[in-house]
Amino acid sequence: MAVTSPPVRTKSKFDPTPYLFVIGPLLLYLVWIIGPMFYSFYLSVTDWDGISPDAKYIGLANFETLFGSLGKRRTSPFEYALVNNLKWLLTFITIPVAMGLGLAIVLNQNVKGDRFFKVGIFLPQVLSLPVIGLIWAWVYNPRDGFINPLLTSLGIADPPSWLSDKELVIWAVILAAAWRQIGYIMILYVAGLKNVDIRLLEAARLDGANAWQAFRHITFPLLAPVTTIVVVISVIDSLRSFDLVWIMTKGGPANSSTVLAVLMYIQAFNNYKMGLGAATAVVLFMISLVFIVGYLWRIMKDEMEY
Amino acid sequence: MTTQSTIIEEPKAKPFPMTRMLLYVFLIGFTLIYMSPFFGAIITSLRTQDDITINGFWSIPTVVTYENYPRAWIQGRVNRYLLNSFIITIPALIGTIFLSSLSAFALARYKFPGNQLIYFTYVAGTMLPFQILILPVFLLSNSVGLYNTYWSLIITHVAFQMGFCTFVLRNFMKTLPGEIMDAARIDGASEWGIYWKIVMPLTVPGIAAVATLEFTWIFNDYLWALMLIQDDSIKPVTAGLSTLQGQFITNWPMIVAGALLAALPTLVVFFALQRYFIGGLTLGSGK
Repeated sequence: MAVTSPPVRTKSKFDPTPYLFVIGPLLLYLVWIIGPMFYSFYLSVTDWDGISPDAKYIGLANFETLFGSLGKRRTSPFEYALVNNLKWLLTFITIPVAMGLGLAIVLNQNVKGDRFFKVGIFLPQVLSLPVIGLIWAWVYNPRDGFINPLLTSLGIADPPSWLSDKELVIWAVILAAAWRQIGYIMILYVAGLKNVDIRLLEAARLDGANAWQAFRHITFPLLAPVTTIVVVISVIDSLRSFDLVWIMTKGGPANSSTVLAVLMYIQAFNNYKMGLGAATAVVLFMISLVFIVGYLWRIMKDEMEY
Repeated sequence: MTTQSTIIEEPKAKPFPMTRMLLYVFLIGFTLIYMSPFFGAIITSLRTQDDITINGFWSIPTVVTYENYPRAWIQGRVNRYLLNSFIITIPALIGTIFLSSLSAFALARYKFPGNQLIYFTYVAGTMLPFQILILPVFLLSNSVGLYNTYWSLIITHVAFQMGFCTFVLRNFMKTLPGEIMDAARIDGASEWGIYWKIVMPLTVPGIAAVATLEFTWIFNDYLWALMLIQDDSIKPVTAGLSTLQGQFITNWPMIVAGALLAALPTLVVFFALQRYFIGGLTLGSGK
C-alpha cells in the first residue's frame, strides 16, 4: 500500500526532527532496560555479595557452579528450576494452545450467547497473579479447600495434598497458570478466525471434506500467523513465571516447585549471592534468546515486504 | 419440498439440532466448571472460617456474612494498598503512553538512519525476561535514591512497558494516510503540531486499546513491587495481598475476600472497556 508509506523527505540535509522525538524515551529505555541487561552480564562473572564495595571477576565460575550441580543424586535447586521451567514451557505450548484453539473454533460456529462463554473463560486473564495464586492456594487446601473435600465426598479416601506433594506441586501451579492463559489464547484465535474466509470452508465441505479435514488443511494453515504469536507468548510467559510460584509455594517443598526466577531471587536477596543470581538470570535470558531471535526474524521479514 | 427449494437453501444453514443441543450442554458445563474456582472463592468470602473448618466447603453455609469485606478493607489495609496501586498506575500509564507515542510517531512517519534499529530494540525488549533486569534495576533505583518510593515503580513500569506500547502505536500510526500530514505541512504546521494536533487525535482508538491493556498490566504487577518497595504503607495491592496472606494465615474467607477486592478495579475496567481490551490484545499480536 503506497498510501501508508512514510513521506520521503526530499532534502538530503540532516534532519534532526525524528531524533528529537525519539531521544527522550530512548534515553530512559537505555538507562533503565538495556543498560541493566548488560550489567547483569557483568554481575554474572563476578562473586559480588551485594554488600561489599567491590566485586571480583571470577570468569565463568558461577555458571560452572550452576551446571556442575546438574545430575547429582540429590537434585539441586538449579536442576529443579531448569526442569520445572521446561515442564512449564512444554505444557504451555501444547495444552492451553490446543484448548484455546478448540474453544475458539467451537465458539466460532454461530453460537448464541458466545459472549457469555468468552467472557467467562477470559475472566481469569484479567485477575492479577497474586489473586490467582491466592484463589488456587485455597482451591488446593486439603482441609478448607475446593478439590479435596469434593474428592473425599466422591469416595476417594486419600486425595493428594497438592501443594505439599513434591511430585505434584509444580503441576498444580502450572494448572493455575494455564487457567489464566487459556482465555487469552482463545481470544487471539477468535480474532484470527475472523480472517478465515468461510467460503473456503464451505467449498471444501462441498468437495466432500469432513470437518477434521477442513480444519487440518484449511483453517489451521490459515491460522499459522496466530499460532506463531501464541507459541511465542506462551514461551515467554512460561520463562517469566515467578509470581504464582512465589505466592503459592515460595518454591517449596524443598525446592521442588522452584523456577529459575524464584531461584534467582533467593540466591540474590536471601543468600546474598548477587553474582550467582545474575548468572541464573543470564541462563534464563539465553534460553529465551532463541525464541526472541526467531520471532524478530519473522517480524523483520514482514517489515521488508513493506 | 421440491428440488428448487434445496437449491435456494444454503449448503449448511441449519446443522442437526441434536448436535447443537450437545454443543450448548458442553459449553455451559465447561464454562461453569472453568469458572468454579472463581465462584467458589466468592462463596468462601461470604462465610466464616469456623463454618468451613467444621463443615468443609461443600456444605450449606450455616452463616452467610459479608463482614470479611470491610475487615479485609480496613484491617487487611486493602483500602491503602488499592490507593497506592492507583497512585502508581495512573502516572505510569500516562508516562508510558506519552513517551511511546513520541517514538512511535517518529518511527512510523520518518525515514532516518537508526529507525529500524530502534524499532527492533523495542520489539525485542517486549520479550525480554525481566529476571535479567531485576538485580540491576534494584541497584540502580537504590543508587539514585528512588528505592522504596512510588517513583521507582512508576519509572520502571514506564520503561518496561514502553517497548510493547511503541510497537503497537507505531504500527497503528503507520496505517494513517500520509496525505493528511503532507497537507498540514504545506499549510505550515510544525512537526510538533503534526504530531500533537493531527496524528495523536487520529491515534485515539489505538491509544484507548493499548491504555486499557496497559492499565491492567501495570495494576497487576507483583514482581517489581516486591523488588522495589519495602514499606507496607506504599505497597500496591498485589504486594499488599501477600502481607494480608501472612496476617490472616488460615483465615481463607478473609484472604479470599481481600483478593477479590484487589481484583475489583481491573474487573471493572475490563467489563467497562471490554472492546478496547480485546482490541489491544489483538492489535499487539496482529503483526
